[in-house]
Amino acid sequence: MIVRLERIWKYFGSFPALKDINLDIREGEILSIIGSSGAGKTTLLRIISMLDMPDKGVYYLKGKENTYSIEQRRSVTMVFQKPVIFNTSVYKNIEFGLKVRGVENGEARKRVKEALSMVGLEDYAKRRAKTLSGGEQQRVAIARAVAVKPELIVLDEPTANLDPQNIKVIEDIIKKMAEQGITVVFSTHNMFQAKRIAERVVHLHEGKIVEVGNVKKIFENPSSEVTKKFLSGELFY
Amino acid sequence: MLIDIITSEEVLEIALRSIKVSGIATLLALGYSIPVAMAIGFFRFPGRDYLKSFFNAMIGVPTVVLGLILYLMLAPNGILGRLGLLYTEMGISIGQSLLISPIIVSFVSNSIEAVEKEIRELALTLGATDFQASIAMIKEASSGVLLSAIAAFNRAIAELGIALMIGGNIFVRGGQNTRVLTTAMQMYVSRGEIEIAIALGLILMAIVFIISYLSNTVHTYLRGET
Ligand SMILES: Nc1ncnc2c1ncn2[C@@H]1O[C@H](COP(=O)(O)OP(=O)(O)O)[C@@H](O)[C@H]1O
Ligand SMILES: [Mg+2]
Repeated sequence: MIVRLERIWKYFGSFPALKDINLDIREGEILSIIGSSGAGKTTLLRIISMLDMPDKGVYYLKGKENTYSIEQRRSVTMVFQKPVIFNTSVYKNIEFGLKVRGVENGEARKRVKEALSMVGLEDYAKRRAKTLSGGEQQRVAIARAVAVKPELIVLDEPTANLDPQNIKVIEDIIKKMAEQGITVVFSTHNMFQAKRIAERVVHLHEGKIVEVGNVKKIFENPSSEVTKKFLSGELFY
Repeated sequence: MLIDIITSEEVLEIALRSIKVSGIATLLALGYSIPVAMAIGFFRFPGRDYLKSFFNAMIGVPTVVLGLILYLMLAPNGILGRLGLLYTEMGISIGQSLLISPIIVSFVSNSIEAVEKEIRELALTLGATDFQASIAMIKEASSGVLLSAIAAFNRAIAELGIALMIGGNIFVRGGQNTRVLTTAMQMYVSRGEIEIAIALGLILMAIVFIISYLSNTVHTYLRGET
């Protein structure tokens, strides 16, 4: 178990965006958080990524209660829904996480190269990252996360703003990440995407987990009424 | 001939003085405006919105109005009269720095704000400490600093009101001169010596273009685009 969330609550003012979340993330798995817009996916992923802290509940990281130390923070990296790009070259974007960790230059160069080749942008190192297309920027953002070799990578709707061709590219990259032994959690409002790449699925609805289980089981035989509706398309978006 | 006028010693001296006076004005303004911009960009404090609107409004302050106010303060019987800044290069530089400070404050605080949350969280999730994340934010806003410095310098070197009222367009061989490009142009036009005025105008345009071009080059280099 890499992450265990116990009875997590998160409020915005008096509005509970997450209600009593209990969730295990297993080492090496691809876990998908599905749910319609406003369900609380981003809020949950930000908590897993330690960008926000829950108002109630406990976060265990590899069996230990999370104290949000720099070492603990460095074991999880988040890729945001809308790619955030440093206004510099692709190379320097990817190098950032290595620099702050004090990785020496030779090793850093090697790891930037590996990360770029993994996302199929070998020849892009010198390009100015902000001039790339949306899909390419998303790949830079993913390479940047992969380069620091975190134990867990969290992706928030990684294909939400992309065309079908780019969606396929990103999905293949996610599968590759998992093959490299990185645990992956991604959110999506597209159940077909979850079906294509995830091993386990969590269905989040109005801040609550209404269903959790293996992909197959959930798609063939969902136990909750809400999930049945979601899968039938009634709750799409 | 235009070219003879442009390369004459007198005109070159005036052009160099313009660059020096407005360059110093820009450095002065950067010195006290960047800390103000950082305070506005990074912190939330009461009155912050009013302060921002104040600086935004001040970007458009008429140079003659600021020139007049400064003249009244710097004149021998004014409250700052004993500083002896009236009719000096430094007097013009200080006046112009006040003129352009709001440009820098607004540009820089806006660019810090624009990058603030996103870049901070990006840095943090990539493993930066709080300190490293702050450095990343300031770096990200640095193009705003450069752009604001260029815009500020261009406004300073092109303005007439302050240079005329505080500088006085003094030109005596070997004296403490304050004639700059804009005041000289104004003078030659009023004397009907249009050719010289045109030459000075061309020089002024050339300076503005060259500075903008150089800044673009530096900017590109800083971005690691080479
Ligand atoms: N910073 C915020 N302030 C107030 N409400 C928020 C904030 N962030 C999210 N919310 C609310 O919390 C709920 C869940 O949001 P979010 O996690 O972004 O959903 P999702 O990512 O599934 O679309 C929504 O109702 C949203 O309006
Ligand atoms: Mg979201």
